[in-house]
Amino acid sequence: MKTQTGNTDSFRTFDETEMTPEALAALATETPENDRSRRDFFKSAGMMVVGFAAAGEAAKLAGQNPLNPTGLVDATKVDSWVSIAADDSVTVYSGKCEFGQGFATVQMQLAAEELNVPLSRVKLIFCDTGLTPDQGVTSGSQSHIAEFGPGGLRQALDTARDAMLQLAGQWFDTTPDQLSVKEGVVSVKSDATQKISYGQLLQGQRMNLVLDSKTVIKDPKTYTILGTSVPRPEIPAKATGTFRYVQNVRLPGMLHGRVVRPNAIGAKVVSVDKNSVANMPGVVQVVVKNDFVGVVADTQWHAIQAAGTLNVTWSAGDTLPDPATLYTYMQTLPSADSLSIDTGDTDAVLGKADKTFSAQYLHPFQMHGSMAASCAVADVRGGTGKNAVAKIWSATQGVYPQRDSVAVVLGIPKENIRVIFTESSGCYGLNGNDSVSYDAAILSQAVGKPVRVQWSRRDEHAQGESFGPAYVLNMKAGVDAGGKITAWTYEAWTLSKGNRPNATTPGNIISGNLAGFPAPVPTPVKATAPTTFANNGNSSCNYLSGVVAGRPAGGTGNIASARVLTHSVASPFFTGPLRSPARLQNTFANEQFFDEIAAGLGQDPVDYRIRHLTDPRLIAVVRAAAQAAQWETRPSPKSQIPFGNLGGRGISCVLYEGNNGYSALVAHVEVSLVTGVVVVKKLITAAESGPISNPDGMANQTEGGVMQALSRCLYEQVKWNAKAGIITSTDWNSYPTYQWGMPLPQLKTVLINNPDVSQTGAGELSITLSASAIGNAVFDAIGVRVRQIPYTPANVLAAIAAAKAK
Amino acid sequence: MAVYQVTVNGSSVNLTADDPNTPLLYLLQEQALLDGPKFGCGLGQCGACTVLVDGQPIRSCITNVVDVAGRKITSLEGLGTPANPHPLQQAFISQQAMQCGYCVSGPMLYGKVFIDANPGATRDQILNALGQTPLLCRCHAHNRMLNALVLYAQGKTQ
Repeated sequence: MKTQTGNTDSFRTFDETEMTPEALAALATETPENDRSRRDFFKSAGMMVVGFAAAGEAAKLAGQNPLNPTGLVDATKVDSWVSIAADDSVTVYSGKCEFGQGFATVQMQLAAEELNVPLSRVKLIFCDTGLTPDQGVTSGSQSHIAEFGPGGLRQALDTARDAMLQLAGQWFDTTPDQLSVKEGVVSVKSDATQKISYGQLLQGQRMNLVLDSKTVIKDPKTYTILGTSVPRPEIPAKATGTFRYVQNVRLPGMLHGRVVRPNAIGAKVVSVDKNSVANMPGVVQVVVKNDFVGVVADTQWHAIQAAGTLNVTWSAGDTLPDPATLYTYMQTLPSADSLSIDTGDTDAVLGKADKTFSAQYLHPFQMHGSMAASCAVADVRGGTGKNAVAKIWSATQGVYPQRDSVAVVLGIPKENIRVIFTESSGCYGLNGNDSVSYDAAILSQAVGKPVRVQWSRRDEHAQGESFGPAYVLNMKAGVDAGGKITAWTYEAWTLSKGNRPNATTPGNIISGNLAGFPAPVPTPVKATAPTTFANNGNSSCNYLSGVVAGRPAGGTGNIASARVLTHSVASPFFTGPLRSPARLQNTFANEQFFDEIAAGLGQDPVDYRIRHLTDPRLIAVVRAAAQAAQWETRPSPKSQIPFGNLGGRGISCVLYEGNNGYSALVAHVEVSLVTGVVVVKKLITAAESGPISNPDGMANQTEGGVMQALSRCLYEQVKWNAKAGIITSTDWNSYPTYQWGMPLPQLKTVLINNPDVSQTGAGELSITLSASAIGNAVFDAIGVRVRQIPYTPANVLAAIAAAKAK
Repeated sequence: MAVYQVTVNGSSVNLTADDPNTPLLYLLQEQALLDGPKFGCGLGQCGACTVLVDGQPIRSCITNVVDVAGRKITSLEGLGTPANPHPLQQAFISQQAMQCGYCVSGPMLYGKVFIDANPGATRDQILNALGQTPLLCRCHAHNRMLNALVLYAQGKTQ
């Protein structure tokens, strides 16, 4: 360990009766006598109203019905975010979860940094309805923005710190500017013997303060804890097999459930022969709720066997599109259309162009494919209605949205439901974690006992998770006589069914839908003219100036004439956010199409990018990646004898979501013209997301991201049999991914710390780029553009054959 | 109901099952209360459930309890503890060699057995050895894990 470690006990316990030590200590030491003098002091301090409850988790739960613990957590109040106990321990409450990406560590660093306390004193509790602020979902590279931005954790901490200084000023009869803070101890600058700790000042009392939007954020240049590679406190437990994931939650009397999914997509229950499992060992109950079917048994193995034996008669399923013609089929469906940009002049400018280019890019349905088949534990008591209560241990990305939607599914007031985030494997978006939580809740409600549901791999792959959607992307551009791009059009089709669940849409995911709630698909609608330039989905390429409604350019490039139109159509399968949703697909097309133009004009891909970019931060990452990769300036394709394995290099770049972190990536590949096999040799990334919170953590995210995208680019594609109405990618053999033993590219990561701007995300930054950088490198190697993911040998050979036929 | 005596991380444990073909993983989770071996696929395709049986890595999700009766089972918990990790575990900790960590039983235990039999194994040899059996990491933290395994092969922990 190179740096100070956080409190290794700082992760969640499973039972609220296990109160925090500081809360127990605070409770134990409270007496009316010493309370009174302290109250007098606080009154004289004037700026704090003293509550009578002790700080900490205990206080939040004290006085509440233990079966109904979901109190309101007012995110505008400092006490909802942080409490400082009499023993100087600090407890931070946050609504942003940990998925193995290191953000729990960052939040602890943030607390220690802004409060000026040692990291070892900080305990973090995150994502537990009734205890932590409602911060929606933890997703989309948004956690840094949320916690460092207005109304987030940073502001609560700064408000608390400022209040502490005010209070100390009163204590020492001086002004805050005469005080300094070190390791949670406030001292008088002119007389260091005059000192008092936060804990002594506050004596376990609540602060009763509102988040102050005027607090001054610490200058990132002065960071001593943020900006360092603090090791993640949970890794020792994970490396020794003792970390308790949601799979390891064990409750007294807990039963085991399994789901029985329709035998074809969209099939409905006709009848369930409960007698078919009546004599099987350990079976407790067969549960049917509309088209939801599950079994509960005493052990996992008994549940598995019963689920496999239960005789269910299903209706015919939905008519699925032929996978061979999906991409043309998509373009025939009625669509919900949206324009990101439409300058209205693209036809005219293209008409005047010296040269025009066009191409079509294709991206398949892909899975999150989490290591863990989804699992959750629920304890629902009292059936349904206002006297029923529920606790759910879930790896959901959003505890509050899950609480609100599961309330509808169970018919229990949301106030009676507590959702406790408990980590599972990486989810990479909307995998099965919400659905399996519904499953556990429905089964537990039926049996009145705690139930753990573990999906099978088939449950997860074939009728569980919400896929990342397929895309068809049609690109067109024109250049002038000087080789400058003058017009750019993008027209894409994608599919959607469901999304993240919330109170009004529990049918957004398969378990809610099976339980009787509708699964929304896009309602056809014509696009309206955009009113501001927003590039959240990265449908607009980096090189557009982004003039919308005559307003000044908001883009990162200098192409003025542009039209960016997306059609969303009904999906045959559930879809949901998959890491870098839409942005990966869009960047795959945008960044390769830009390269096609550069190649067509004999321009070097880096130079040609810089010529069309205006944002200095984007230019900086492009230059940094090129430099780190020892980029050889020349046009693509590389001039080489077409023999053996051909090497090539490619670059791509992005300003993620149009405002959320800059990155560029250089890929080096080798391609066999004979076998069509693509081997990625090197991935060199430059990334800049503002001030870096944890360099090693950001490097870990960047490395994992580029490799996960390598897997998605080379191997991953959901397959189905339209006639049988089933997904045929049911396991890791039928949904191949990158795996151990495959060639591991050399990874190089250049992190650019930019303390002069605010923090942005990094979790989905690098993953956005690999597919396009690899595609550009493949073209550089073999002179053939492969415009369809995955880059399987078959697809690469087909692209080579098509190019030869031209 | 049959009883199968096994040694789990050094302690004698009686696993009970009415079906001799009950997969070992479920009994390790439910009766031996282990948290190290995880359910990933139930098909022997990912490695999350890996444990050592008499020192050799196996997939506990597709290994029947009847076939391990009387044998010594070691999981990640049996190598070391957070306070006193095994050198391989310490290498993973010092390299921060994971994201979610759900898969680590596979690369750690297969890697340990290979490296213990082949001291000083090179990076390529270790990578190749891990490729002899299906093993997944979906966070794609392979590079860091391989770095940690190489450190262990070199007798180092950081």
